Amino acid sequence: MERIQPQRIDGLAAPYFAGCREGELRLQHCPSCGHWQFYPRPFCTACGAEAPAWEAASGQGTVASFSVVRRGLSPAYEAPYTVALVDLAEGPRMMSVIIGCEPEAVTVGAPVTVCFEQWSEDLSLPVFRLDETGGVK
Amino acid sequence: MTLRAATALVGAYDTAVGVVPGVTPTELCAEAIRGAVADAGLALGDVDGLITCNAMAQPILYHAEAMAEYLQLFPKLCLSLATGGGTTVTALAHAAAAIQAGEVDTVVLAMADSLRSGLTRDQAMRMQSSTGHPDFEQPYGPTVPAYYALIAQAHMARYGTRPEHFARVAVDTRAHAARNETAQKRDPITVEDVLASRPIADPLRLLDCSLVSDGGSAVVLTRADRARDLARPPVYCLGFGEGHSHEHISQAHDLTASAARESGAAAFAMAGLGPTDLAFAQLYDCFTPTVLVELEDLGFCAKGEGGTYLASEGMGPGARLPVNTHGGMLSHCHPGNPGAMFALTEAVRQLRGDCGERQVAGAEAGLVHAQGGIMSSHATLVLGREV
Ligand SMILES: [Zn+2]
Repeated sequence: MERIQPQRIDGLAAPYFAGCREGELRLQHCPSCGHWQFYPRPFCTACGAEAPAWEAASGQGTVASFSVVRRGLSPAYEAPYTVALVDLAEGPRMMSVIIGCEPEAVTVGAPVTVCFEQWSEDLSLPVFRLDETGGVK
Repeated sequence: MTLRAATALVGAYDTAVGVVPGVTPTELCAEAIRGAVADAGLALGDVDGLITCNAMAQPILYHAEAMAEYLQLFPKLCLSLATGGGTTVTALAHAAAAIQAGEVDTVVLAMADSLRSGLTRDQAMRMQSSTGHPDFEQPYGPTVPAYYALIAQAHMARYGTRPEHFARVAVDTRAHAARNETAQKRDPITVEDVLASRPIADPLRLLDCSLVSDGGSAVVLTRADRARDLARPPVYCLGFGEGHSHEHISQAHDLTASAARESGAAAFAMAGLGPTDLAFAQLYDCFTPTVLVELEDLGFCAKGEGGTYLASEGMGPGARLPVNTHGGMLSHCHPGNPGAMFALTEAVRQLRGDCGERQVAGAEAGLVHAQGGIMSSHATLVLGREV
């Protein structure tokens, strides 16, 4: 059984998902006011400018919150897994999962680094690992 | 012109709740509408406004129109609304505004669903978790408890709140339900029981989560001057407020505080009352942390002190502020979107003095707070026996 796939990977969000395939986390960055935003929109939510540019993000962040899911969403999601909100170094917050550690090791405020996990044959999604080096300052 | 005391609730009715097999949400909704109108001492023909919310177990494209047709009702205002769990109070505020504007005289608000008998467990779970962003949240497999667990965990990290604080909400709610023979779960529980129940999404355990139920409920709202001549003592709508901050939890600007601050402040200001003037509060309790955050954001305790407030004051029968005197969605019933309707009908019954064993003595004013999404849409109503 396959995990849930994003509904729309073309159009506006195409650069994001292309970045995922290439192992790069991309965010929209407004050339007018410098605001970074996620999820993608055709305008900047801070200043209203049209067509914010796509740029590579650092891939660094901290855990804003998390929950170890003990009863999975469906058989495709094997519990336990750790759903998290990650505050990216550039500013935006995104949902993801923390992988590669015991669930008990995750704490609010812990530094994390992005990596990419195969979600279907031709799609990867950003997931995060605890950053042992100390991560963002 | 203020909405303060412009309208009153004059009819209230709950269907059987819990496990109610063999009855469709449409049938439950129709029973609730007829029951509420009869409770008010009115006839269906007196109703010129109908507001409903779609049912997950029986989605209907034009829900309110379909319900009006089902009952052969021909209203001037007919709306299906959806702000999730917040719909009850949001819809009532707009009904009150329509009445005050002279558009209609008498509005029925009715909601019903059959999450327990009309959907499989997996269907119900998928339906509810589809509130997540389809591209940027849902693929990661967050469940609805997990969304709320993110709020709980952030509150714990920021304020030192502990799982036993959340558990107290479940324990005290159950103590209320024990006094309500219509409640789905009535056996007393302890904090230890909650902490020993099955882990669902840390820090939430099974008894931190609301029920999955069938049920329907309706109320009748009319002009305050008209209300005085009807069958039941009117319960006046003294203050309404709303606040909306996000839809997806990953987009919330603040994980530990909610737009209940705005909705509560607006409702209290309109009513000319404050948190200490109320005999009870019916707070949205999809999960135990929701109640703790609402207690703070509505001003019943200081921000960050929800845990210590619950530990010292509690919210059960006899508490300084009893919360969810019918047993809430944690113990009475939770048929999805209609959940807060039962908080509203309970508030009406408390203010009529009709609650028997669980009556809050001397209840003159109370509050109903509903929220939908993941702490997304908030709506607060202050009600009173007197204008
Ligand atoms: Zn900008």
